[in-house]
Amino acid sequence: MPLLENGRLVEDTWHYAIEGEPLGNGDVIVPPERLSEGLGRTAGRLGVALPNGEPASSLKAALPKLSLVVVTFPIFRDGRAFSQARALREHLHFTGQIRAAGHVLPDQYEFLIRCGVNTVEVAENADLSVWTRNLKQFDVAMQPSPVLDEKPTGFALRRLLNRAG
Amino acid sequence: MSTETMTRAEAAPATLPVGHYGYDAVDRAFLRERIEQFRDQVNRRISGELTEEEFKPLRLMNGLYLQLHAYMLRVAVPYGTLDSRQVRALARIAREFDKGYGHFTTRQNIQFNWIRLEDTVAALEVLAEADMHAIQTSGNCIRNVTSDEFAGAAKDELLDPRVHAEILRQWSTLHPEFTFLPRKFKFAISGSPHDRVVARFHDVGLIARPGPHGRPVFEVFVGGGLGRTPIVGVSLRDDLPEEDLIAYVEAVLRVYNEFGRRDNIYKARIKILVQALGADEFRRRVEEEFVAMDRARYRLEPAIVEAIKARFGTPDFAPESNAADVLAQDRSRDAAFDAWVRTNTHEHKVPGYISVVVSLKPAGGIPGDATAEQLDLLADLAEEFSFGELRVTHLQNVVLGHVRQDQLHTVWQRLSQAGLGTANVNFITDIVACPGLDYCALANARSIPIAQKLSSRFADLELQREVGEMRINISGCINACGHHHAAHLGILGVDKRGEEAFQITLGGSGEKDASIGQILGPAMSEDDTVNAVARLIDFYLVRRENGERFLDTYRRVGTAAFKDVVYAPA
Ligand code: HEM
Ligand code: SF4
Repeated sequence: MPLLENGRLVEDTWHYAIEGEPLGNGDVIVPPERLSEGLGRTAGRLGVALPNGEPASSLKAALPKLSLVVVTFPIFRDGRAFSQARALREHLHFTGQIRAAGHVLPDQYEFLIRCGVNTVEVAENADLSVWTRNLKQFDVAMQPSPVLDEKPTGFALRRLLNRAG
Repeated sequence: MSTETMTRAEAAPATLPVGHYGYDAVDRAFLRERIEQFRDQVNRRISGELTEEEFKPLRLMNGLYLQLHAYMLRVAVPYGTLDSRQVRALARIAREFDKGYGHFTTRQNIQFNWIRLEDTVAALEVLAEADMHAIQTSGNCIRNVTSDEFAGAAKDELLDPRVHAEILRQWSTLHPEFTFLPRKFKFAISGSPHDRVVARFHDVGLIARPGPHGRPVFEVFVGGGLGRTPIVGVSLRDDLPEEDLIAYVEAVLRVYNEFGRRDNIYKARIKILVQALGADEFRRRVEEEFVAMDRARYRLEPAIVEAIKARFGTPDFAPESNAADVLAQDRSRDAAFDAWVRTNTHEHKVPGYISVVVSLKPAGGIPGDATAEQLDLLADLAEEFSFGELRVTHLQNVVLGHVRQDQLHTVWQRLSQAGLGTANVNFITDIVACPGLDYCALANARSIPIAQKLSSRFADLELQREVGEMRINISGCINACGHHHAAHLGILGVDKRGEEAFQITLGGSGEKDASIGQILGPAMSEDDTVNAVARLIDFYLVRRENGERFLDTYRRVGTAAFKDVVYAPA
């Protein structure tokens, strides 16, 4: 699946663990049930796919050893993943990659980034120009991001959105 | 620091609108960007790139509903305050894109019921020219923040809540975390001990009062709501300091976003979560989040509040010293005027001024409807007599907030000539009604015709005065957009074996003594319901004691007697 970072396609070095098969040595994303198996490996980086209903704090103990957390949108209308990503950054101080997977719309791209997500899995046939456009749609936001240190601009709670890409 | 001062100085227009926040260049650019985004979404829908399922929440967040016969555009009126220029823009939309009228709602918004999809971007552009939009007037996000219709004018007010309403509006606009909530989320805020915003029936209701060091504090109610499960909200905090306002509501919304139900839309409102967890456990979770969060990031500094406040125009009151005498003379000379003053005005904090409630409920009319011509007249009157400011009430009327008492007679004459002089505010014909089956795809029954029949039945002003304060609200289905639960006498449209029928509820109130109306008995046809209301009123007139309102008599006498009036065989 194509992977977007800052509005650009990037190479995806990660793969999802396959049920019933060993994890191997590469960068692997496991479900929480296989966390200890993943932590027991000696080579390759480890990521976890956080199920939608789980609180981010369920990863607290493992988090220092994780390089990536996937937050999932079963449907784009289900906004819990925004809060999960925000909590990972804000409360658990996670500095690794947070990836959004599942049914996400380009119209949500800015929200994702402002909640601490840095990569997004997009559909195979996605029109990337729509994603880039959405990233540059707005110059300011009307409230501080819970996790990014965006510059205040003008007055009130406004923040300057300074988009690369 | 220097950018801050510069931006403010640069952007300050010659005159700021009275009663609401004046946009600056940044706000206008933001609106244009938002319209471009929507234009793009409409194009992607038309090209098929977006499915209808994907497009729906996006258009809803721009106020666009698909109703029975056409699209409906719901325009935001933040905290219910408009300026003349904006009212004229609404008149223009009514004329150019609708059938010549608009419909004021109980959420202080205005709806246009006959919009074509291909016109929506153009309509949004007309709105944007007047610093208006339809952002977050529907969808599962933070909706328009409502406020007191007498804000900044009422004598009983402790502080004008609209500055904080504006702060909440800005903070919630395209909020990254809270735009895909389990369900819609509604704030109301009042600065008066007389709750005129129905704070206890909102997802979050805030009552502001002056606190230490000249900064306000807030009582926070959470988890109230009407709809199919009417619940009176619980008080979560009594003394929230201003600087923590944003942090605290963030914490409330975080808990809701994480734990609110998403499996059943009828159980997805925050009221269900608060009930399921219990007030104490809900409060504990909010406090836990509040304590854990980086509060400095959300601190609402007095300087921020003052900067926003500085973009509100303030009325330059210049009362005539003899204003009160002129008004008294006008009243003694003109009995019809006197009657209207008694019902349709509200005491102003500045001597020589008065607030006017313009009734949008003429005898036999459609509650809340205003024609393009009436809107233009209201814009003119606001400009000439009320510092260019007009407010929308949650009871589907409009208010001229600051009228000089010596000019009141002229205002009344001009209103009367346009059919806007009805003297029935808070009377039995001041009916609130949702759009119902004439427009709404969810309706069981038509709300408008029964409202019109009741309005005609009780049109006699003598009779209305005799009956006194009386609140009738009508909803076309259990979603309760007409707030029937909060009415002294509520009417609910139901489906009775494929026929439209109506249930009566009694004893509701949306005020300080908030209570939920109780169903009286089986549903009836439209005509039987109108007759039943008439019998209930007759019974009340017989049974009332010294100055009781209908609601008081009902509460004292009890349900059984009222039930017999409707259902007992004669
Ligand atoms: C005609 C298009 C409309 C549709 C499709 C619609 C839809 C709905 C639905 C589905 C609910 C129930 C939501 C829930 O409780 O979870 C609801 C509640 C509500 N609606 Fe509407 N509505 C419409 C018009 C209006 C109008 C015209 C008003 C104002 C007069 C309004 C104000 C409200 C309010 C105040 C509630 C109720 C309660 C609450 O917030 O707890 N709606 N609406
Ligand atoms: S109460 Fe029902 S019929 Fe009336 S507007 Fe709301 S959803 Fe439609």
